[in-house]
Amino acid sequence: MQQTKQRGAMSWVGNVAVIFGKDLRAELRTKEALHASLSFALVILLLFSFAFDPSAEQTHDIAGGLLWIVYAFAGTLILNRSFVRELPNDCLDGLIAAPIPAWTLFLGKSLANFVLVLAVELISLPIFGIFYNVRWAQQGWALLLVLALTTWGLTVVGTMFSALTVNLRIRELMLPILIYPIMIPALLGAMEVTGPLIAGKPLEGDLLTWVRLLVGFDIIFTSLSVALVSTKQKG
Amino acid sequence: MSDVAVDCSGVWKFYGDFPALRDISLKVPPGRCLALIGRNGAGKTTLLRILAGFSKATRGRVSIFGNQPRETDARRRIGFLGHGISIYDELSALENLTLFARMYGLAEPKKAALEWLELTGLTRVRDGLVREFSRGMRQRLAVARAFLHNPSVLLLDEPFTALDDRAIGVLQALLQAALREGRTIVMSTHQLREALELATDVALVERGGVAYQGPRTPEMLADPGWLYARYGES
Repeated sequence: MQQTKQRGAMSWVGNVAVIFGKDLRAELRTKEALHASLSFALVILLLFSFAFDPSAEQTHDIAGGLLWIVYAFAGTLILNRSFVRELPNDCLDGLIAAPIPAWTLFLGKSLANFVLVLAVELISLPIFGIFYNVRWAQQGWALLLVLALTTWGLTVVGTMFSALTVNLRIRELMLPILIYPIMIPALLGAMEVTGPLIAGKPLEGDLLTWVRLLVGFDIIFTSLSVALVSTKQKG
Repeated sequence: MSDVAVDCSGVWKFYGDFPALRDISLKVPPGRCLALIGRNGAGKTTLLRILAGFSKATRGRVSIFGNQPRETDARRRIGFLGHGISIYDELSALENLTLFARMYGLAEPKKAALEWLELTGLTRVRDGLVREFSRGMRQRLAVARAFLHNPSVLLLDEPFTALDDRAIGVLQALLQAALREGRTIVMSTHQLREALELATDVALVERGGVAYQGPRTPEMLADPGWLYARYGES
């Protein structure tokens, strides 16, 4: 009994790893989504730096908000590609036909998206620091935790809706329209924490409450997405 | 275990108001090869996609060895080759087959992938990216992907498309071997001669319905157009 359970756990970990590896490898070969997302993030950061005076105190106050607006928009470019990648050659049929639970496919894709979106965020963060004259690394680890938590929420919700909109002709437009309203609590929390962290304040007091909100958001939306995908497969 | 490999009874499929399939009932016992023959738009692909579990019948029942096509047991048994080859252009031939071998839980994925690359004559280009392959090479790789996990039911939609004479010979040999091993094949094709040489049974699909269903006869083999002339609409 114990052995069967272990084999079952190994099997779903293996399935997630296979899909994760496949998506990451395919993206790193073409770099289509990565290049588009990174270029977009850098251009928006540059344009914002013209609009706001980097030395002004007010700019530092809204730095967290600016950063997450850029990350949210740049992230959807990667999320959009997640299932679009399966359309040429009807690759989605190959995945649907395989005897793996749909939720392992979903988690594998979410993880790959998480790594790609996080990579774009980490590359653009130092550039943000230069453009806006902020010393973002003072609370580096705490900032990394907030980036990871918010990015997981964004990728879980984004991957779910990327699957739902993949067959729509206007999917590039539909994805942001669908995910941003759902992302409001997580983005709000991320903006509230990121600003003070960039200003060098430690992660304590009220800021921890926002971090708890991010953890709760991630748990709720990961569970909901996994349940929805499993139900859809059975149906 | 059910003694019918592929069972489809009273299947209807509507796209809006248009009936793509009309009350189709077919039973294919294990070890038989059913050739689905019909003009373009007759409903062969729709039927195969329903059998493979990609699409749902509007009405009627479909089972693969007693299981619904979407159940894990049925998916393990099915090898599907459709119009889209379900192969990733950004991966190499070996990476593609290893990926599918892993998803089907094969014990030695890479070994299985290498064996099928050998069988389909693609060993030489195993590390080449699929986007650089010719259409025939892609089709051969798709055949390897469909056979890779030793499925007991092969659902093949136009499997001979884009293959040259030699590759058609290789595929026919693979299908004959599959039949000898007791696997079940349902295939749609316009290459009547190749299909009829292999088929044990034939179904003529016309306008979403079955116009003829029965064993392949010597007349069909002698004249592939005979079935259309005898049972088809003029």
